[in-house]
Amino acid sequence: MVGLEHYLTVAAALFVIGIFGIFLNRKNIIIILMSIELMLLSVNINLVAFSSFLNDLVGQVFTMFILTVAAAEAAIGLAILVCFFRNRGTIDVEDVNVMKG
Amino acid sequence: MAVTVLLAPLIGAIIAGLFWRVIGERPAQIVATALLFLSALLSWVIFLTHDGSVQQITLMRWIDSGTLVGDWAIRLDRLTAVMLIVITTVSALVHLYSFGYMAHDENFREDESYRPRFFAYLSLFTFAMLMLVTADNLVQLFFGWEGVGLASYLLIGFYFRKQSAGAAAMKAFIVNRVGDMGLILALMVIYFLVDSIQYDDVFAAAPQLAETSVRFLWTDWNAANLIAFLLFVGAMGKSAQLFLHTWLPDAMEGPTPVSALIHAATMVTAGVFLVARMSPVMEYAETAMAFVVLIGAFTAFFAATVGLVQNDIKRVIAYSTCSQLGFMFVAAGVGVYSVAMFHLLTHAFFKAMLFLGAGSVIHGMHHEQDMRNYGGLKDKMPYTFWAMLIGTLAITGVGIPLLYIGFPVGLAGFVSKDAIIESVYASGTTYAFWMLVFAALMTSFYSWRLMFLTFWGAPRGDKHTHEHAHESPQTMLIPLAVLAVGSVLAGMVFYGPFFGSTDQVREYFGAAIFMAEDNNLVSEAHYVPIWVVLSPFVAMLLGLGLAYQFYIRDTSLPGRLAETFPGAYQFLLNKWYFDEIYEFLFVRPSKFLGRFLWKKGDGAVIDGGINGLAMGVVPFFTRLAGRAQSGFIYHYATAMVIGIVLIVTFVTLAGGSN
Repeated sequence: MVGLEHYLTVAAALFVIGIFGIFLNRKNIIIILMSIELMLLSVNINLVAFSSFLNDLVGQVFTMFILTVAAAEAAIGLAILVCFFRNRGTIDVEDVNVMKG
Repeated sequence: MAVTVLLAPLIGAIIAGLFWRVIGERPAQIVATALLFLSALLSWVIFLTHDGSVQQITLMRWIDSGTLVGDWAIRLDRLTAVMLIVITTVSALVHLYSFGYMAHDENFREDESYRPRFFAYLSLFTFAMLMLVTADNLVQLFFGWEGVGLASYLLIGFYFRKQSAGAAAMKAFIVNRVGDMGLILALMVIYFLVDSIQYDDVFAAAPQLAETSVRFLWTDWNAANLIAFLLFVGAMGKSAQLFLHTWLPDAMEGPTPVSALIHAATMVTAGVFLVARMSPVMEYAETAMAFVVLIGAFTAFFAATVGLVQNDIKRVIAYSTCSQLGFMFVAAGVGVYSVAMFHLLTHAFFKAMLFLGAGSVIHGMHHEQDMRNYGGLKDKMPYTFWAMLIGTLAITGVGIPLLYIGFPVGLAGFVSKDAIIESVYASGTTYAFWMLVFAALMTSFYSWRLMFLTFWGAPRGDKHTHEHAHESPQTMLIPLAVLAVGSVLAGMVFYGPFFGSTDQVREYFGAAIFMAEDNNLVSEAHYVPIWVVLSPFVAMLLGLGLAYQFYIRDTSLPGRLAETFPGAYQFLLNKWYFDEIYEFLFVRPSKFLGRFLWKKGDGAVIDGGINGLAMGVVPFFTRLAGRAQSGFIYHYATAMVIGIVLIVTFVTLAGGSN
């Protein structure tokens, strides 16, 4: 029987994979975007799992919203990335450090 | 009328001080002087028509806070009336005199306007002094007390380009603060015990105060004694009594009219006035009064000894003032307040005249003040000479002894000084009596020394200056003439009411001066032995003879004497080394403390702390924070994750939302 714990474990595993994807990746900013997406999805799994477990549809409604926002966010992120590449000619993580005081 | 007397100088000060640009320099001086003359005229009307009763004229409510209630009011009694004429008369004459004296001054540039400022200060001083003497409560008295201190400071430091004048002004102000501390404490004790600052309440409570014991510092005091003592400390500062006298000679840095007005006739006598005003309390304070006599006698003696050897003409007169104030305090201390006031009145005339005469000499001699550079000025300045001669005759006490035609025949100083010396003898304080007689001898010596050095003999010093020595203008001579009349007549005219007999004095002063039932000194003083009556006169003759021998017949004698006794001469010339002792005891430690607090306290601790914080600690953390902001997204993400982990851990451990 697949219980709530299994879903939560998978979600946690995905979330941690996402985090490590951000940290350990030294190469490409697109991977960072993907990792963020992965973390969002893991949260969605949590929401859906609880929604099913508690018999409450609100969680799934939230999931739909988050998916929509995530899609928009990914689009904006990629757009920024394209602009950035055009300006700087690189999207290497090591070179992207203009956001400092 | 009294209100006009009080406010006219204030209006004069405001007009001359603030609006001289509008009305012009000379009109401003004239307005201030005219208002002062109006004030003087009305004062004489008040004085002559006063019936001896106590009038209180309330101008406005000044303080109203719980039981601390004080009106701005005029208390018009005989004491006030006497002070009114002294202050306004001398002040008006000094205003007039200043027209001539301040006409040209090398301490200021040609295009500078210093005269309206000078007149404004003079008028302001007069107003403050009038506030002091017309006060109906102790706080208003204190207001006037500080006001005259301020005006004195401004006027001593009037030649602000002179370093010494600024230093003297500061010295006067600071030394006076010491005395004022005593006065403030006295007011506090009075308010604490009587719960009122009104004279009437305080005087009414005086008998109870004499029975009250109050804890102050480390021991219990009799309240009346404590109050009298603290009041006298205040008076010591203002009246330049021994230990707090050091500012008065230095105050001569101010223009000479200032010395005549403030440091001879009026402000310095405020202490005597205070003692006389507080006579209802003083009468119950035997120990404090003994202290007053002690300090007064020693001041009279000390200042006279120093006056013997000074060379600056103004300093001689300054020490003379100091000495005469000692006389007044002795009189007040033995309980004959009216005699103290008598000497105050006569002294105001002849001492103001001596100062104005000295100013006239200084003016004629192009601001030369050293008597060693004078000599033979008798013919160059005949009017000044005669005025100074009358002043000297008055201060040394020339008269016809033992002749009594309803009053003794003699100049002002003769009558009032003899009154003091006889009263002191009658009171039984023998040491004070002898000191005063000896002081009278020295007074005569140094006064005549001043006269002989200045007006007789051959001209000394700069030949050019002597050739150009000239008599002063009319504006300076008229005040001298008026004061000369006062110096001659004041003693004889006011003899009866001030020193006639106890009953006469009681009747004249009414409630203004309180003398205990058994205080019959004024009458007893008339029945002292003949030799006591003659002693000041003999002392005067001795002093005159000695001065004649020293400075006319054998002019090398003073120099030889100084060489024979160099120690004594230096001791006197350096004013008993009071300045040096104070320098060592007070000035240097406080300078050291000041420098320590400045360099170490302010410089090292406060500046160092602030600067260290602003330039060391804060930038250090700023650099750390700057380094954390690397610009790499994963660094920021790490920070976020660590933050979230910490928050979650904290919330979990702290029990979540519960």
